[in-house]
Order: sequence, then C-alpha cells, then structure tokens
Amino acid sequence: MTTFWSLWVIVLTLANLALVCWVLFANRKVAVDDQQEPGNQTTGHVYDGIEEYDNPLPRWWFLMFVGSLVFSAIYLVIYPGMGNFKGVSGWTSVGELNRDQEKAMEKFDETFGKFAEMPIEEIAQNRDALKMGARIFANNCSVCHGADGGGNYGFPNLTDSDWLYGGSPEKILETLYKGRQGLMPPQGPIIGEEGVRNTAEYVLSLNGLEHNAEMAAAGKKVFGQVCMACHGMDAKGNQALGAPNLTDNIWLYGSSREQIQHTIRGGRSNQMPAQDDKLRDDKIRLVAAYVYSLSRQEEVEQ
Amino acid sequence: MSDLIPTREEQEGDGEVRYRMLYESEDKIYTRHIRGLYTRIRKYTGLPLLAAFFFIPWINIDGHQAVHFDLPERKFHILWATFGPQDGFLLAWILIMSAFALFAVTTWLGRVWCGFTCPQTVWTMMFMWAERVCQGDRAKRMKLDAAPMSAEKALRKSATYAIWIFIALATALAFVGYFYGIRDLVVDLATFDAHPQGVFWVGFFTLATFFNAGFMREQVCKYMCPYARFQSVMYDRDTLAVYYDARRGETRGPRKKGIDYKSEGMGDCIDCYWCVQVCPVDIDIRDGMQYECINCGLCVDACNSVMDKMAYPRGLIRFTSEDELETGKTNYLRPRLFGYAFVLVAMLALFTHQVATRSPIEAEVLRDRGARLYREYRGDIQNVYTVKINNMDQAAHEFRIRVEGKPGHEYSLRMPRQIYLEAGEIYAVPIRVSVPKEQLQDTKHDIDIIVEAVDKPELTDRHQTVFIGPKQ
Repeated sequence: MTTFWSLWVIVLTLANLALVCWVLFANRKVAVDDQQEPGNQTTGHVYDGIEEYDNPLPRWWFLMFVGSLVFSAIYLVIYPGMGNFKGVSGWTSVGELNRDQEKAMEKFDETFGKFAEMPIEEIAQNRDALKMGARIFANNCSVCHGADGGGNYGFPNLTDSDWLYGGSPEKILETLYKGRQGLMPPQGPIIGEEGVRNTAEYVLSLNGLEHNAEMAAAGKKVFGQVCMACHGMDAKGNQALGAPNLTDNIWLYGSSREQIQHTIRGGRSNQMPAQDDKLRDDKIRLVAAYVYSLSRQEEVEQ
Repeated sequence: MSDLIPTREEQEGDGEVRYRMLYESEDKIYTRHIRGLYTRIRKYTGLPLLAAFFFIPWINIDGHQAVHFDLPERKFHILWATFGPQDGFLLAWILIMSAFALFAVTTWLGRVWCGFTCPQTVWTMMFMWAERVCQGDRAKRMKLDAAPMSAEKALRKSATYAIWIFIALATALAFVGYFYGIRDLVVDLATFDAHPQGVFWVGFFTLATFFNAGFMREQVCKYMCPYARFQSVMYDRDTLAVYYDARRGETRGPRKKGIDYKSEGMGDCIDCYWCVQVCPVDIDIRDGMQYECINCGLCVDACNSVMDKMAYPRGLIRFTSEDELETGKTNYLRPRLFGYAFVLVAMLALFTHQVATRSPIEAEVLRDRGARLYREYRGDIQNVYTVKINNMDQAAHEFRIRVEGKPGHEYSLRMPRQIYLEAGEIYAVPIRVSVPKEQLQDTKHDIDIIVEAVDKPELTDRHQTVFIGPKQ
C-alpha cells in the first residue's frame, strides 16, 4: 500500500473506534423525564402514543461493550490492521498458511511414510494404499485417463496390458515423474499422398480390419522403408521410443481409415505432463502402484 | 467496580443539559426459599434429566460412548445408530420439531419450558440451593451481604463459590465429554495430556456456567434469550400462565387471622410480599402479567402456603388463563393448539419412519465426465461411472456391485478386485459397464447400479443412472 492508502485505512479505523466511543458516551444526555413514571427517562420520541424509554444500560452490557473496544485496541496492536503497520506479533496469512502446510506435511509423512521404501508391487497388494492411490488418481489423473483409467481419444488406456513406454513399476514411475512427450512425425511430405493411403491400408491389414489388399501390399514397402525405424519390422512398436504396437487393434487415435491416414499424413504430438513438481514423491509412488494394479483388475460378466 | 458514574451538570449554550448514569447494575435478587407442588414437580422432572445429562456419556454401547458427537471424524454416535454429515437433514428436522414442540407447549402452558426445564433455570436453582445451604435463607443472605467482611462471611461465601465451581466443572466436563469422549477427557486431564482445545473448552464452560448460573441468572432471560422474546407472541387469551386473581385478592392489606375481613371490604390478599420475595425474576405478579415472568410457579406455591396458614381457599395466585379469569372457563379446544399438535404428530411419525428405514449403506453414482459420452472398444460400448459408497454400518464389509438394465443387453462390469470398506468409510469406486454394440437399441437407456454387502445382502442401495451409446 502507498502511504496515502495506509493513512487512509488508519484514519478510518481510528475514527470509527472514536465514533463508537462517542456514541456510547454521548447517549448519556437526558432528553425528557417521563411524566407518568418519574423514575424513567424517555427519548422524547412518540409513535402512536408509544414512547421510547431511554434508560441506562445494564452494567454487564456496558462492560461487554467496553471490553470489545479494548479488544479492538489490543487486536490492532498485535495484528496487522492499521494500514502498513504489521502488528507486533508479525502474524501474516502467508505465515499461517505455511505453518498449516507444514502441519499437513507432517500428517502426510505419517500416512505415506511407510510406503516410501516399499516396492511398488508390494504397495499394489496393500488395500489401504490402493485406496489412497485411487483417490489421488481420481483427483489428478482421471480428467484425461477417465475415472476407470480406461483412457479417452488421445489418452492411453491404463487398464489393458498394452504399454506405450512399458508397464514395469520403474517405467510407470519414470512416466509419472518426468512425463512423456509422444511424437509421431508427419509423413505426408515424405511419402506423398499415395504413400499415406497405401500405408494406411497396410496398417488396417495388420489388425485384420477391412482393407484393400493391393494398396496394403504397396503400403508394406513404404512401411519397410520409413515406418519400421520406430515401429519395428514386425510393427510391434518400440517401448524405448513410445512407438505403439500397430498390430494389437488398440488405438490411441481411432482405427477408421480416415483417422489412420490423418495420423500418418500429419503426425501426432502428445504429452503426458510431468508430475514431480505437482505431487509429493510418496503420492507418486501410491499412484504408480494403483496404475500398476489397474491392468490386474477383473472383468465381471453377468 | 463502582456501579455509577456520578451525574454532573454542564452548561451548553443557554439551555441546561443534564447527564445521567451511563449504566446501571441490576439489583441483586434475594429469593426466599419455598416448598410446594410446583417446586416438587421441578425437582422430580429435573433430577432425572440432570442424571441423564451427567451419566449418559459414561455408558458404552457397541464399543463406543452412548452419545458421542465426534466432530473430527464427522460422526454422531447416538445410542445404536451412527449419523454422518449426510444425515444433516435429520438434525434439521429434530430442531424444527423441537421448535414446534416449544410453540405448542407455549401456546398451551405459557413459558413452562423456561420455568421448569430450561438449563438456565435448572442450573440457577442448583446454585440457589448452594447459596441457601451455605448462607441461609433470604433474610440471612441480605444481612450477610450488608455485613463487613469477617471470617464467617469469608467462609460462607467461599464455601458457596466452591460448590458453584464444583457444579460448573462437572457440567463442563460432561458437556465437553459428549464431544471429546468422557473417559478420554477425564484420563487426559488427570494426566495433563489433553488436547489444548479440550482444556480450553472445559475452562470456558466452567467459567460460563459459573457466571451464568451464579451472577447473570435472570438477566440472561431478560436481555439475551431469543426464545423469551418471541414466546410472548404465542400467548393467547387461553394460554395457561401464572395469574393473580385480582377480583378475589383486592383490596389487599394485612389483617389478623380469622377475622371477617370481607365485611371490612378487604380481599384475600394479605399483602405479605411472599410472592415477590420468592420470585426469581423479581417481579410482583399482582401487577398482572409481565414479560419477565417465566411461569415457574414459585409464587403459586408461596401464596398457597400463606392461604393455608390463613385458612383461606388456595388459588389466589394460580395457573389459569385470561379467559378463565373473565369468563370462568379456559377454552382448550382451539384451532391453534390442534394445528400445532397435528403438525407435530405428523412430523414425528415421518421422522420415526425416516430413521427406522434408514439404510446404513448409501451409494451415489456419477457418470464420468470425459471428453466423450461413451467409449468404443472392440465392438463394445463402454460407459464409466464413479460409485461412491458410504458404509454407515457399525461393521466393515466387502461390497459387490451389480447392474440391472434392459433385457437383451449383456452387461459386463469391470471394477476393483475387492471393494472393502471399514465402518464409516466412504470410498469412490470407478466401474466400467460394457454392452456389445449390436445389442443397443436406444441412444440411451436407464440402468440400475446395485451395491450390496457380500456378507449381508440386506445392506443394499440401488441407484438409477443412464447408459449412453452411439446415436441409433
């Protein structure tokens, strides 16, 4: 605050306190003595023949009033309230927040501490840990990956056994900590429109989907020249690069002819945000264990 | 503390301005002790209630305190039931019913709640008993207060305060015990291990009780209590309240016992002032009904005992109504009372039904709000739901979830292997419901999601939600 506004606040605050004191003491003036009951005074106001008494306050009420004035004065000395004056206690809301956060952290240490050293596979067997992991997942991950972890268009399914970067505890932790930057480079300019169409047919054929065999045969050549660098000769993908398996009929961007062509022609860019600056280490471990357990859930037919 | 700021006079302009006292302290009320019907009623209704207040926390049911308002856990244990935040509306209904009960009783019997069962009155009466035991009755207490300080006075006063503090402390412990857990509280306090907040509140309620029942007394009813303010609105001409029968009593005056006072034009009131001396709010009931009167009946007892001594008929001051004083009859059958009674009984019945049929399991279902309404996966249409299960039972259970939908659909579910909830736990379980695409006939159709405890299938809750698929 500038000095002006600081003074503005101080003057207003003190003026109000003074005003309240004045109101309390100024009311001692006796207006009119009551004609019928000489012991009582009235304010002199009469409405429809009803008069307003103006008798002294009860002592306890007066003491409470004075007490609150004294409280205000003491408060303004101890706590910030007078413009730029910080108060002698040095209290700030940020300081209180930090104290509360420290307390919360201590509580977290108590709750999560025992999982800091536990292997992920073991945490995934712990009922309470999975519940905590599920809650953290619901708060932080389910927006993209779905409440059940089943993924969405452009967001991988975490409940199947198909992993872009690997499903071992170490890999899951790595994904969570550092995030992932998935990139399928645009191939349109390199292999031309005909190449795009042919390759799309080949990818369709890999999954046993309806395709044009002639174009697919042409596409296979293009695949062997360009795509295999990442996706491998057998098109089973490469987890070191995050290149998906193209033979398992699991799709991040859809399996229609147009969608596949689009992916090949324009490429895809995708990002899993890093969580190490968002979540505490022990929370990340719990989420990792939960994700690890997701692909081990059971299907119930009814 | 002097209780007056001396008046002074000042000149202001040419008119004379006078100042008066800034505040005034209440006169202390010295009540005379009296025995009688209404004192007995108060005693025999008050003692069981007090006993209940003090001892209920010590009773354990199902391994927890009989009545325990566990705020940190957000659970209210009341006898065999446990209530959570989602039962807040029940609490609201209890409060609404209590308010209605107060309206009904006030319309019928005036401020009997104030006079007989209000804690402010009951505790004040306890404190007055302590005063009487240590300092004697009215005249003795007045003399003692007027006398200079002496060893005897100091002893009598401190004995009074000691009893007061004892009662106040017991009250505070019991009250805080309802929230803290009485056994823990007593043990923690004794071992100096109690939570600072617990210590603070015990101290706070001790002091509050001490000052309220010791010094504030009737001023709470006169200046602070909101009920006292609006109960007067519920009085009508047939409300039973303490009245002085002026027609019988006037002209008042002292007389010898047994003379024929009526021929001298006197009424039954002998102007002995007992009714004023016993009054805890220091009014003269013979001036007619006043807003301070709490219908405690002490003046009725006092007057009746005097009437007995004088061998006059009882009831010069009695519980009666304005109507009865004028026409000789109180009209009990009035629409107002019927209305209150009817509404009260109806609410009570509904409330009882609601509590009796409360399922200790509650499930809520939220459809997943993803980018798409449904997911297509290998010929199946999938919808994802979050099922929030609240286990309000006293025991832990394992749960299973089923789906009931339209015939001709094969629903398959995917969910965690084990859904196990501790007593009182709330847990959100994501489930995935899949239907083969070719079976879907509608873009959307209703399905029921059923949650039940594996070991106790009667603990169940079903929730209707909607399954959305591609446009048909």
